[in-house]
Amino acid sequence: MNAQLFEVCLRIGDDALISAQRLAEWSAAAPELEEDIALSNIALDQLGVARLMLSYAGEVEGAGRDEDALAYLRDDREFRNCLLVELPNAGPAAGPHAPIDFGVTMARLLFVSTYQLLLYQSLLDSSDERLRDIAAKARKESAYHVDHATQWTIRLGDGTEESHRRMQAAVDDLWPYTHELFTGTAPSGLVPDPASLRAPWLESVTDVLTVSTLTTPPDGWAPSGGRDGRHTEHLSYLLAEMQVLRRAHPGATW
Amino acid sequence: MSSDLWEVFVRPRRGLSHTHVGSVHAPDAAMALRNARDVYTRRQEGVSIWVVPAASITASSPDEKDSFFDPAADKVYRHPTFYEVPEGAEHL
Repeated sequence: MNAQLFEVCLRIGDDALISAQRLAEWSAAAPELEEDIALSNIALDQLGVARLMLSYAGEVEGAGRDEDALAYLRDDREFRNCLLVELPNAGPAAGPHAPIDFGVTMARLLFVSTYQLLLYQSLLDSSDERLRDIAAKARKESAYHVDHATQWTIRLGDGTEESHRRMQAAVDDLWPYTHELFTGTAPSGLVPDPASLRAPWLESVTDVLTVSTLTTPPDGWAPSGGRDGRHTEHLSYLLAEMQVLRRAHPGATW
Repeated sequence: MSSDLWEVFVRPRRGLSHTHVGSVHAPDAAMALRNARDVYTRRQEGVSIWVVPAASITASSPDEKDSFFDPAADKVYRHPTFYEVPEGAEHL
């Protein structure tokens, strides 16, 4: 087994899978029907990338695990997603029953999809053909996700006093978790060096925040561990909900 | 954020006209276009979208139905099929 390639597929696939699960919390709960469909579309795009990446991971591993086995039958320690995608939609400091917050979801979508777009663009030069193919499909979707998050960030940041306050709070709360996206090492040639994506990411995100009359937070505390399987408690709750059916009824179909 | 109603027109493919497909709520034109994309073209229904503020559309009134449309009912000569094509006329 190519352990490095397996690890790369899990990182990208798990980021997408956990993003999809968080976005899906807005299904039938968004402020308007139009936004409900938009967020569900984006969630399904993320799920699509997750399926391609986890399927490939299963093939690379060669141990008979398919996309479903990897998604539903791994424990939190085996997930390789960054912490940013697993944080609750209510915000990183919220309790388990706090209401989901649209500003937090949009700030995260801006941060994550901007990163994913840069990642997928650079994966077009990967030495691995399958990664190139997946990236070619995913980057068009990511470009739309960035646009959607940008439109909302501008309207909420440069909106009312209350929307500005809440959007800035969401940006401030999530900012420390963005650093993890650009840490760690990556096999040369297969995927870009994570640190190399930070400068273009910062430029792109800062442009949006500036137009939105929002302040780019200072860098400081930078929690990490997700890429090594050390997650926040929030991932365990998320996995419990996502995996319960498959684990309670092994092999069930519908 | 207040949301206005926008009418959505989609061109199914090149060479065809934009056709009214429905409406969306959106705070402004840019968001209306994106909402229309998400709601009405997620199954490859179109290659171009127009959005128009619903308030900008002037519509005929149901009360005027008789005076607007009924007079056309007995005017068969307005249809091309009313006329016979003369022998030997080409390229009509």
